[in-house]
Amino acid sequence: MSMTSESDQLAYIASQAADARVNVEVETDEGMTLNLGPQHPATHGTLRIIAKLDGEKVVAAEPIMGYMHRGYEKLTEVRTYPQVTTLVNRIDWLGSFANEVPFILAAEQLMEVEAPPRAQWIRTILFELSRIANVCLFLGDMAVQIGATTPVFYAFRDREFVLNQIERVTGGRFHPNFDRIGGLKDDLPKGWIEETRGALNRMTDFCDEMEELVLGNEIFQARTRGIGTIPSDVALAYGLSGANLRASGIDWDIRRDANVGLVYDQVDWKVWTHPDGDSFARFWVRLQETREACNIIDQLLGTIPSGPIMAKVPRIIKVPPGEAYVATENPLGEMGFYVVSKGDLTPFRVKIRSASFSNMSIAPWVLKDVFVPDIISILASLYFILGDIDR
Amino acid sequence: MIDLLALSPAWWQETFLIKVPIGLLAVLLPAGTIVYLYLFKAISFMQSRLGPMEAGPYGSLQLLAEVGKWIQKEDIFPSKADKFVFAAAPFVVLMSTFLLVVVIPAGPDALFVDLDAGIYFAMAISSVSVIGILMAGWSSANKYSLLGGIRAAGQLIAYELPLILAVVGVVIQAGTMNMQGIVLSQAEGEIFGWGGIGNPFILTQFIGFAIFMIAVQAELTQAPFDMPVAESELVTGYLTEYSGIRFLLFFIGEFASAGVFSAIAAVLFFGGWYVPGIDPANQIFNVIGPLVLAAKMMLIAFLIFWFRFTFPRFREDQLQRLAWKFLIPLSLANIALTGVLKVAA
Repeated sequence: MSMTSESDQLAYIASQAADARVNVEVETDEGMTLNLGPQHPATHGTLRIIAKLDGEKVVAAEPIMGYMHRGYEKLTEVRTYPQVTTLVNRIDWLGSFANEVPFILAAEQLMEVEAPPRAQWIRTILFELSRIANVCLFLGDMAVQIGATTPVFYAFRDREFVLNQIERVTGGRFHPNFDRIGGLKDDLPKGWIEETRGALNRMTDFCDEMEELVLGNEIFQARTRGIGTIPSDVALAYGLSGANLRASGIDWDIRRDANVGLVYDQVDWKVWTHPDGDSFARFWVRLQETREACNIIDQLLGTIPSGPIMAKVPRIIKVPPGEAYVATENPLGEMGFYVVSKGDLTPFRVKIRSASFSNMSIAPWVLKDVFVPDIISILASLYFILGDIDR
Repeated sequence: MIDLLALSPAWWQETFLIKVPIGLLAVLLPAGTIVYLYLFKAISFMQSRLGPMEAGPYGSLQLLAEVGKWIQKEDIFPSKADKFVFAAAPFVVLMSTFLLVVVIPAGPDALFVDLDAGIYFAMAISSVSVIGILMAGWSSANKYSLLGGIRAAGQLIAYELPLILAVVGVVIQAGTMNMQGIVLSQAEGEIFGWGGIGNPFILTQFIGFAIFMIAVQAELTQAPFDMPVAESELVTGYLTEYSGIRFLLFFIGEFASAGVFSAIAAVLFFGGWYVPGIDPANQIFNVIGPLVLAAKMMLIAFLIFWFRFTFPRFREDQLQRLAWKFLIPLSLANIALTGVLKVAA
């Protein structure tokens, strides 16, 4: 590589020195240092965990993030507002529609537009469908990290029904890019509501199956109960959110407590919490939330109002100057977009608060005095998506 | 078999031309069948997928394709590996499998060696594979391999005990350590005076059978006892650095041992080559005996793979606790009970 300026050279030397420091720490410390990742089957991508071991016991573990950093915050500054959704739905790639919603809501807040009721309803339905698509895979994956190979196949099989429904509306299975400022791209296709009810039945059966196959299994309970316990004050101190927070007994759900722009107040539903705060509790809470999401969608499907799906917005979207922060309760936890506009076609600055990044920050605290297999089960139960950590 | 064909080969012909190919066949054929039937197909159906379908009818030639692939692959040695130990490890593991099959009788005369202490020999030689696994784990110069190797050593030694203690019950009941003798005592035995189906020890030694199967599951490092290769934690444990033909040898070793241990379980608890209704001295057993044994063995191997794909994995300390605090006391109690009933009867 050619280094033209002095600052380039300094930056290069600094990065090399940082790498060297990590490697020296790895090599010279007492005891054995196990380097899990960046390429490791349990990290669903490129997370690196440096674990200092005493036998099989973990003395200290440190996650090193950033191997998959894609610079989305910076990239949004050279995209127009409608183009940003294409980027952000690659952050949490399992529940991609849910990523678009908070950004669009922030932009709508700045523009002082409100989506028509029908669009809000369909947004909420798709939001919950992507929660199912995301958490459903967690339920299978958690089992596979603990060593049972079969549940993940069931998860993929039944997730397909939900993905099909998302595809029928949006045309995209993984990256719908469907949310627009002021509404949605299209209306629902014919017969979609009935088909979705079928997919939801399938999903409820899947939850029952997981409850018997995984949650009720004695080995699973032995591997998760009392492992990776996070007390509620620690969970708050580390800024956990989503199911990880609720599994520590804190009754906080943005959908109920700080809802913006989605129609959760129209539905009769329940926020699930668990007092234990261990891996088992996190699995249990997510399982109940998948059921609850089915319940929410089922109620919303029956009450979709008629009307337009797009509010009146100018063809060329220029967002007036200002700042807005909107957070939603995404499948992985609180996801927020802090959007600063200077009145241009593009955002001036976008800060993405993604759930996995904060959830992962507790790893050094929780991965102490556990065994090597527990590293995997605790990380699996904290549930991160690499794209959501690194953005 | 040889008598049936009215041949009398010279000793070297008998040893090399007959016994070696039959030995290879006896190990590799069940291993291949187990891999195809259970690992590829039965498991796929349990997981609501089809498994291999392209190579041959219903994917039946998939295994050949896999073997071909592994043979073609480069046999990589890590630069810091202990080359000789690294190269020798798969052969040590495979050797223990091949030596195990030597003592298993497949008919009144269809057997390789008739050792007086056959089951004792089998239990002893099955421990040799630990050495191979430790060699692989240590010589790979890889921390995952090392952890896997040490886990394997701890696990296999812990489960050696319940395995042997479970067999002791059978030995007490049969009154012999000779594998042929164990089969015959099941064929000629009677359950509390009723000899209609002989006395397959699964009925009278059920606790022993359960302990034996759990211990076998651990000996084979199959889930729920697969920490040595725990693919979500240790990549593939002691196999991490192996590739190509040496990985294939480990793979064969794993599934051939599954077959051989199932065969031992069939001999100990299911009457081996014997089927009720035919006189065990009948020469027909030299022909149908191997088939009967293979059928029983496949049945037991199915159990092993069924468990493997159903249960999550134990943690290392939980597994040790299960062995030392539960299985060993239970098997000792089983021995005591068997002894009391044997003396009383």
